[in-house]
Amino acid sequence: MKKQEKKPVKELEDLGRKLVVDIEKGRNPTIEFSLRSLSNVVFDTKTKTLGLGEKQQQRAFFNVGHAKKFLQTLEVAKVSKNLLDVGKHASLRDVFYMAKRTLPSSNVNIVDDQVESDKAIEDLELITDCSREQLNVNANKMGSVAGNVLIEDAGDTINWAKLGSGGWSIPSNVEDVEFKSVKAKYVIYMEKQAVWERLHEDKFWEKQNCLIVTSQGQTTRGIRRLLQRLNDEHNLPIYVLADFDPWGFYIYSVLKFGSINLAHMSGTMTLQNARFLGITADDAINYDLKKHFIKFKDVDLTRLKQIADYEWFQKNKAWQRQFKMMKDFGAKLEIQALSSKGITFISEKYLPEKIKKQDFLD
Amino acid sequence: MPNQQAKTEMKERETPIAYELAKKQKEISVAEFFTKNRHLLGFDNKRKALLMAVKEAVDNSLDACEEARVLPEISVEIIEMSEFKYKVIIEDNGPGIVKKQIPNIFAKLLYGSKFHTLKQARGQQGIGISAAVLYAQLTTGRPAKITSRVSKKEPAFHYELNIDTQNNKPVIAKEEIVEWAKEHGTKVELDLEAEYIKGSQSVDEYLKQTAVINPHVTIIYTNPKSEQVVYARATDKLPDEPKEIKPHPYGIELGMLMDKLRWTESRTLQSFLTAEFSRVGPGTAKEICQHAAILPNTKPSQVSRDMAEKLLQGIQKTKIIAPPTDCLSPIGEELLEKGLRKEIKAEFYCATSRTPSVYRGNPFVIEVALAFGGEIPKEEKANILRFANRVPLLYQEGACAMTKSTMETNWKPYGLQQTGDSIPFGPVVIVVHMASVWVPFTSESKEAIAHYPEIIKDIKLALQECGRLLGTYVRKKYRITEQLERANMFERYIPEVADALSVLTGDKKDTILQNLQKMLVKPEIKKEIIEEEDADDKLYRMEFKKESPKSEISGNLEN
Repeated sequence: MKKQEKKPVKELEDLGRKLVVDIEKGRNPTIEFSLRSLSNVVFDTKTKTLGLGEKQQQRAFFNVGHAKKFLQTLEVAKVSKNLLDVGKHASLRDVFYMAKRTLPSSNVNIVDDQVESDKAIEDLELITDCSREQLNVNANKMGSVAGNVLIEDAGDTINWAKLGSGGWSIPSNVEDVEFKSVKAKYVIYMEKQAVWERLHEDKFWEKQNCLIVTSQGQTTRGIRRLLQRLNDEHNLPIYVLADFDPWGFYIYSVLKFGSINLAHMSGTMTLQNARFLGITADDAINYDLKKHFIKFKDVDLTRLKQIADYEWFQKNKAWQRQFKMMKDFGAKLEIQALSSKGITFISEKYLPEKIKKQDFLD
Repeated sequence: MPNQQAKTEMKERETPIAYELAKKQKEISVAEFFTKNRHLLGFDNKRKALLMAVKEAVDNSLDACEEARVLPEISVEIIEMSEFKYKVIIEDNGPGIVKKQIPNIFAKLLYGSKFHTLKQARGQQGIGISAAVLYAQLTTGRPAKITSRVSKKEPAFHYELNIDTQNNKPVIAKEEIVEWAKEHGTKVELDLEAEYIKGSQSVDEYLKQTAVINPHVTIIYTNPKSEQVVYARATDKLPDEPKEIKPHPYGIELGMLMDKLRWTESRTLQSFLTAEFSRVGPGTAKEICQHAAILPNTKPSQVSRDMAEKLLQGIQKTKIIAPPTDCLSPIGEELLEKGLRKEIKAEFYCATSRTPSVYRGNPFVIEVALAFGGEIPKEEKANILRFANRVPLLYQEGACAMTKSTMETNWKPYGLQQTGDSIPFGPVVIVVHMASVWVPFTSESKEAIAHYPEIIKDIKLALQECGRLLGTYVRKKYRITEQLERANMFERYIPEVADALSVLTGDKKDTILQNLQKMLVKPEIKKEIIEEEDADDKLYRMEFKKESPKSEISGNLEN
């Protein structure tokens, strides 16, 4: 642990030293790191994850096009160094405000938008080969978990089974969480908070001996890492429950194969054992949900086509079948449509049946 | 059924009703007609009436001075007498008017020297000044006061004139010989109902624009607030005297042709054609007759309507060289720019004068000038100053071919903002001048130029020519400010970068800062600041290319 803490500080110091030497020698100070663009994102068919290719990019200070980004990168490096020096953590929003200020006698801000500081931090991860969390920068907490698990976090012992209706809220950095005991056969991860609340109220995790995890919308890094650790360290299969629409499919895709944006972090972020539980096109037919279809808009169709063309889905017949059926329906379906069969239909019939039959998509 | 009833009623009458109706049918005098339709001449409201009165008098003065080869010096004075009642006094140093003609020129409508000739002049119809006199008489009941003198050997005559509207004839209220210091010139005094408001369609604007487009003219203007403005001349060179020409066959219409055939003194069709038209010699005349299948020795008076139509077709089939262009007197690039320079404070000027073109057999020249930057408002629509034969056009901007051409020109490559086909935005004044022996106005009040494709095409070409010069200037200017900004940008960033590096390494901030500042003057870094301008140029060229094949793309879409 101690050794790991040292690494980010040293990396940041190395970065600064390299640039100071550039300046002393009269060279244009330049940072070099992997190119983070779609053209340099490759799908590794062996590990089945997205990763960065060989291409490098340079960011020089005395270059009209680079100068501002160069400054932003150094600015977040400075913020991170200051945080590490005093052992404090800050959120992405905090970092934005720490970097945001107007340069003297001008109307130029170092960063105008949080998107810029967020990007700069992602770049810094690549440059230093340290994750955002290692650089003491955290995202907002955005997820909940419940189940029969005992953990130790920041000196407290916490029982995920005894945290009332809200469950345990997952921090953005779960590296230091220690699992004391895990009593579960699998994990269901769902995109919808409302569905999670339904299952939690029905004590689904207790009856089925599993864990239920949710985030709001796209899966945050903390949750992905938590799921990964549960899978790695406790061999729990991960089942994904999402809407029957292109965005639901994409949530699964990101979880399993990694995202284009974070291709540099794929190693610690992907969940190759994740399975897609539902809602599938077959569910729509078998459970008579067609009457709850929501008609496709143009964007839905475009997105579906993009996803169907992803390299990792291209040769997957089961998935292509789903894409085709969705396209033929020309419609999507929400998880909550299951409630039309009764409020506890999802926890008492749909999920137990699917899991019993092992009716998953891989 | 009602039809039948009407018929029987008509039978019962002793004399047909037409005879009774005939009692009411009589000739309408031009003057009476315009009394009821003053808007046709531009006197539709009080404000415009003031402008029209000044404009007609000034236009006449300028035409007369130039014809007499005198450098014009014109004094315009407007005095407010009571609410909505103004006195307008216009005095020139022109050749004066002989005593006998004074009443006709000022108090008879459609009397003039210019209507029957094809010659570049401000006035065309011979309505203008008499219409102003008529308007003054209608609104105040006061006569027009005219003083004129033709040489120092002759006395100055003073007239007070009214118009007999029933008969379109001058009525002389007073006629006397007066003392006048001027050796020659004319002074017009009118009392009329009017309103004085400054702005884009005011007398002030009209005189200012007149000074722009006539750099050889001096105007001394006293407005109703007793403020005096002197527009001094920028050149002592009078414009070349335009020559009178005969009409070109391509411009003739059937009615006009038949009229000419009836009144000509020529004995044969061939001599008629050579005598009445420009660019027609015996050879061309024979060819026309041949194409029309009419014998060249036919008597003009024996040419019937059908034959005249054939003759017209014959003309269209015959190749005839374009009309002579020495009848035109354009301002010229140098003087146009001078005129603009003296009245509009800007930082960049350019002007272009195109070679003559022809529409419907009438030769014309388009001239365009631009002024950019300086005191011209930045965030407003471009100001288009329109001129026809050196007269400013202040009304009906939207209906004018000059406005249309400006809107259809793509100004973006020239550094101005523009959304679709609209008037561009930016600190620019656009001057468009058309000189022609016959300017095709859309109405008698001479406010807008008709949309002839030949005219629009030429205006656009002239605008583009000037636009390119403007574009070069704007880009150069933009480039210099960009470079300054870039140098500034690095200077501002340096302390921040030095601070961050000092935090990362623990080195002293000042040392890093000084080292970075030293680098700013290094040639390879300097190059970085300036180098980007080539990229700008490239970008510009790309945008230019992108815009030009517009029509091609839309054509493909239609397929």
